[in-house]
Amino acid sequence: MILLIQYTLIFASVLLLVALGGCFSEHSGVINLGLEGIMVLGALGGALAMKYMPAGTNAFVMILAVCVCAILAGMCYSVLLAVAAINFKADQTLIGTAMNILSTALATVIVKSINVAENPDNVSSVIQYINAKKAFIINIAGFEFNWFMVIAACLLGISYVVLYKTRFGLRLMACGENPQAADSVGINVYKMRWAGVLISGLLGGLGGIVYITAGVSEWKFEVGVAGFGFLSLAVMIFGQWKPTKIALAALLFGFFRALSNVYTGFAFLAALKIPSTVYNMMPYIISLVVLAFTSKNSRAPKAEGIPYDKGSR
Amino acid sequence: MKEKENFLKKPGVQSVLTSLICIILGLFVGYIALLIINPAGASKAIITLVKNFLNYPTFPAQMKYLGNTLVKTAPLLMCALSVCFCYKAGLFNIGAAGQYVAGAGAALYAALAWNLPWFVCLLLAMCAGGVLGCISGYLKANHNVNEVISGIMLNWISLYTVNVLLAKVKEQASPYTFNLASKNPSSILPTMGLDKLFSNNRYVTIAIPLSILIAILISVILTKTKFGYELRATGFNKDAAKYAGMRERRNIILTLTIGGALAGLGAAFLFLTAFEQWSVTQSSVPGMGFNGIAATFLGGLNPIGTIFSSFFIQHINNGGAYLDKAVYPSQISDLIIALIIYLCGFVLFFKSFINARISAGDGKKAKKGGNA
Repeated sequence: MILLIQYTLIFASVLLLVALGGCFSEHSGVINLGLEGIMVLGALGGALAMKYMPAGTNAFVMILAVCVCAILAGMCYSVLLAVAAINFKADQTLIGTAMNILSTALATVIVKSINVAENPDNVSSVIQYINAKKAFIINIAGFEFNWFMVIAACLLGISYVVLYKTRFGLRLMACGENPQAADSVGINVYKMRWAGVLISGLLGGLGGIVYITAGVSEWKFEVGVAGFGFLSLAVMIFGQWKPTKIALAALLFGFFRALSNVYTGFAFLAALKIPSTVYNMMPYIISLVVLAFTSKNSRAPKAEGIPYDKGSR
Repeated sequence: MKEKENFLKKPGVQSVLTSLICIILGLFVGYIALLIINPAGASKAIITLVKNFLNYPTFPAQMKYLGNTLVKTAPLLMCALSVCFCYKAGLFNIGAAGQYVAGAGAALYAALAWNLPWFVCLLLAMCAGGVLGCISGYLKANHNVNEVISGIMLNWISLYTVNVLLAKVKEQASPYTFNLASKNPSSILPTMGLDKLFSNNRYVTIAIPLSILIAILISVILTKTKFGYELRATGFNKDAAKYAGMRERRNIILTLTIGGALAGLGAAFLFLTAFEQWSVTQSSVPGMGFNGIAATFLGGLNPIGTIFSSFFIQHINNGGAYLDKAVYPSQISDLIIALIIYLCGFVLFFKSFINARISAGDGKKAKKGGNA
């Protein structure tokens, strides 16, 4: 039971962070399908930080360094989307897809090159961080409390305030609803969209590092992040682009994801003999069904996916 | 001089030109990546990568490995056609990856569990992909669910379902499905003597000519039939098409169903050659569908163009396997392909750039003519 709560919370943190990232990007008017790719690069940045920080580093410094590296990696990678989608008016779905493929290839190439340079016989794409990972975890009576849960909760609060209570957030949302109108009152739509995409890179990168430290202590970069970026998109849509609802959706989806890991621990679930893949599948099926019923009056930002062109009206 | 400019203005020429720009830039960045990893062998490595099967010294060996590239080009082409066909109607079929998975599942299960002959397996694969496409289309037409979102969800649903399904027909000791050749030879696609052409490469089957025929067929449907016209009209302007009395909803569902069937068929084209076995432990959606998106855009959104772009992408993909693994990771080829897709996003910009240059040149000349 404790294990279930622990996994639910940590998976929910991942989904929450990444979905919030998507939320910022979409509210500014850019569809970010590349979240999966941003997660991979964030995970890579964080993993490399854990690998190269000296062993005896203070836990706080370690957490800070890892987060900063993951965030920087995620933001740098999201620049690819921002440049293409905002300045060059490229097809956002296409760019997102390209970013996802690119991220796995890039991360694998980087990790393999590092591994080979260290030891010519090691051609794997695995980074180990078993010791560094301990900085994030506090063991409270069998419950592995993870600092990332706190970080995710804080960022949820911050996101809510930024989006709804600040001038910046309201302007950002205006750019996703009606960029022409926003521009006419002196808001720089391009700048706002850049901000939205960069914030999504920040949160997505952070989500990536949380994901790979969630259950395991080494990561094989060839597998990417196994669809968590896409799941986060589902969380975001399920949460109707609102931070509070996104948090609830993240908890629900995280719960199902956790069930697939630990269902054997429950006698009645194990007796049902449902393969773990079914639990893995559940969030996707649920979101598809819910989408079918709720999309008629979708709360999606009206101008998302449409490149903003100053000249058009 | 004037004729040459007109030549550059042709949309077809521009498409080829922009695709070439994407390819060259992609390869160039790939080369830089190789230089960073190990400067000494980078030039040799990029040549190896681009040469692919030409790395073999003798002609029969070259033909044999050209065959291997072609075997994987056929499914890629089908996925690309699927994406291309839907894109013409303004639909982004990112679900091609999942439809491909569903097709693989149906074809392999029918072949291994029910011992059905190859043509039935092909049909079932088409149906499986078509059903997935139909779900996306139905949700889009009647429930306003974006086809990209439903496609992504269905990708994962079909991956997990197929893994469960094919676990019933897998080998005891490994995560791979049974070998078709030993279990049910009647399900393997006939070669019709094509294998002789490629130094007895028994994986070269009718799938390859079939996929090219289908590409031509799709091209004809799009340009010469009423359905194709309606479809493109919907892609250009959805509301105008609806206003003109075209049945928008029916067309959306039909387009995605056909797209799904194409991708499903593509999977059967690969797995029914026994070239590969399905691994039931794979935890990510196979890249074939996503590479199909690459081939579509690189092929200038033209069914005939995708034939060449699919071959090129598969060529680079296979070429990665010949790199010296002790120095360079083979994923460099994935990297180059991903870069090419990314650059395809800039096609619009490249085209307007070319057009701007041409009209600037025209303007200059007109001025000169006026002065003289």
